[in-house]
Amino acid sequence: MTLLAILKIVGFFLLILAVTKPLGLYMRRVFSGEKTFFDPIARPLERLIYRIGGVDQRKEHDWKQYTIAMLVFNVIGLLLLYAIQRLQHLLPLNPDKMGAVAPDLSWNTAVSFVANTNWQAYAGEATMSHFTQMVGLTFQNFVSAATGIALAIALIRGIARVSGKTIGNFWVDLVRSTLWILLPIAMISAIALMSQGVVQNFRPTVEATTIEGATQKIAQGPVASQEAIKELGTNGGGFFNANSAHPYENPTPFTNLLEMFLILAIGAGLCYTLGSMVGKTRHGWAVFAAMSLLFLAGAFIASGAEQAGNPIHHRLGVAASDGNMEGKEVRFGIGDSSLFAVVTTAASCGAVNSMHDSFTPIGGSVTLLNIMLGEVIFGGVGAGMYGMILFIILAVFIAGLMVGRTPEYLGKKIEAHDVKLAMLAVLILCFCILMGSAAAAISTAGTAALNNAGPHGLSEMTYAFTSATGNNGSAFAGLSANTRFYNIGLGLAMFFGRFLMIIPLMAIAGSLVTKKKAIEGAGTFPVDGPLFTVLLVGVILIVGALTYFPVLSLGPYVEHFLMHAGKLF
Amino acid sequence: MKEHVLTAIRLTIALMVLLCVVYPAVVWGIGQVAFRDKANGSLIVRNGKVIGSSLIGQSFVSERFFHSRPSAAGSDGYDAAASSGSNLGPTSQKLHDRIAQSVAGYKERRPAGGIPADAVTTSGSGLDPHISPSNALAQAARVARANGMRAEEVQQMINSHTEGRFLGVFGEPRVNVLELNLALAGRAPAAP
Repeated sequence: MTLLAILKIVGFFLLILAVTKPLGLYMRRVFSGEKTFFDPIARPLERLIYRIGGVDQRKEHDWKQYTIAMLVFNVIGLLLLYAIQRLQHLLPLNPDKMGAVAPDLSWNTAVSFVANTNWQAYAGEATMSHFTQMVGLTFQNFVSAATGIALAIALIRGIARVSGKTIGNFWVDLVRSTLWILLPIAMISAIALMSQGVVQNFRPTVEATTIEGATQKIAQGPVASQEAIKELGTNGGGFFNANSAHPYENPTPFTNLLEMFLILAIGAGLCYTLGSMVGKTRHGWAVFAAMSLLFLAGAFIASGAEQAGNPIHHRLGVAASDGNMEGKEVRFGIGDSSLFAVVTTAASCGAVNSMHDSFTPIGGSVTLLNIMLGEVIFGGVGAGMYGMILFIILAVFIAGLMVGRTPEYLGKKIEAHDVKLAMLAVLILCFCILMGSAAAAISTAGTAALNNAGPHGLSEMTYAFTSATGNNGSAFAGLSANTRFYNIGLGLAMFFGRFLMIIPLMAIAGSLVTKKKAIEGAGTFPVDGPLFTVLLVGVILIVGALTYFPVLSLGPYVEHFLMHAGKLF
Repeated sequence: MKEHVLTAIRLTIALMVLLCVVYPAVVWGIGQVAFRDKANGSLIVRNGKVIGSSLIGQSFVSERFFHSRPSAAGSDGYDAAASSGSNLGPTSQKLHDRIAQSVAGYKERRPAGGIPADAVTTSGSGLDPHISPSNALAQAARVARANGMRAEEVQQMINSHTEGRFLGVFGEPRVNVLELNLALAGRAPAAP
């Protein structure tokens, strides 16, 4: 590892560390209805939206009403996005005359964006009209992110409140996430992105004649407004096929840094929000530390592996010191590409600035493992926090078993009912990933779509179901996923991975909120120190390793050794 | 339930107006006023005709010009309506053969450490506008010969077209191929 590569990782991490407390505190204020500096602008808009929506902001929901409201809102969003794609040829802002999107692809894309996954089985510039991008997809970029934040906040309320019944009002949390957090940050970021060259126009594809007389078609569109929320909301769906590798989405090292920052900012801030809302900021920092350890480990391993490069190509005469440049842009090089890949898979973002399919086996395995661990390394906005809380419940449960006491989490007794629900949520993810990958591996419909043979082919299929279930959306993109098998199968994986996990989670919130708070004693397992951080990391790694080590061995790990043996497929 | 459905529909409409009409329109408006050229694609116009974008790579074949990286975008490369990487993995026979072919066809003088990796690999977007400084320097001798220039003169141009890292840390040094080639094409004819 070069000093520069270390500086990139550490420098970026310090940026995230710096924003965690101010953003986390701000979010607590927003969701507790306290005063913030942004009230003069957001409050009148909020009132207007409640009047249109008929929302009574003083009325709170219990966990069932909260979950039903969330599901209803998302199902309506799903139907609407499906309809927009199917009818895009009749809708405005379609200068390149895109036709209607096929039914299976529309289903896949609709689920994908509603579930905050943004898996893309299509090439944006060749499939989606400006209208579909700006109205259909951008809308879900905002509200799927707002939904995630709302759910995390509701769960935190369930932990923080004592002997209560309600966990907040879904509509209020949704609107406040949007108006106070997502929209203002996206607006400023979109302007910053444009200043560097990210496009924002409604023009058709430009035709250029090069100085050598060749013709080049250059697709245009309202990219900046979508790009900003794509990263901030950890959505990840690119305007263009090449996503953030495309110079119109990510033109300079500065935009690259900004995009990585946006991806992790809210997820990191929510750690502080958690600590602050439960009245124990040290607990928030302990969770932050667990996420940071996993993040930094992944970043150093991936960066080192990509810098070491591919001995097969070195033997052909390619400079070994340049590292593995296949699928990477010169302006980002090895360091900023590897870091982006770790950031986007740690968070459930899925934007890519380099092609993960062309990473070295170890570099690629880090991205895969990040998603398999449950997208809890900062994670998707909100989703990372509520996923992490599942692991916290498991961690305190295991600690309780070790000392032979009823486990407690912040004074709340964790009982059999709660642990069962937490395990159910974790198992749903494992089931979708492993069963989906297995189904693909044994069917011709699954293997016919491969771009690479050998162990790398297994990695491609596994990555697809992992990314879909984990609501990440990045891909080993060689897989030709726009087939009926993958569109429907991955659509189901995305839907289950998002919503089937949420239901047990909200049930936990409903169970915790009713409990009394026990007084901390000498036998209470502390959740605010290094011991807790280490135990939490341990639980995450053990659940991940036990579940996924076999498939990782057959995919990337065996490929690593075969690559060093010079074997080709 | 019915109440939830009605609220969901009404909130969807209200938020959609704000997030999908007002927000992109405001960003568009600011872009068209403050960053007009960039928001419209950083297009380069010569004699009233668009010849490309400074952000989007093009392919060059003439000996007189610096050559871009190989590209997997579209069937012939550098199709900016079909951005794409090769997505070939590390143990891919196809990738091995493609790189072997590029290495065999590599006409420049090979630097001591080996051929610059970016000269024989495709980028993530297939539209990479840049090459590495070492890739450019390896092409300098050929470009100088074809243009009847001195090698130092070409090296000088490469240096002045090399962009550095952000804050000295982020990103990598790079040379914009189209801009460098335009400078070559537009330079005053060398004295005989």
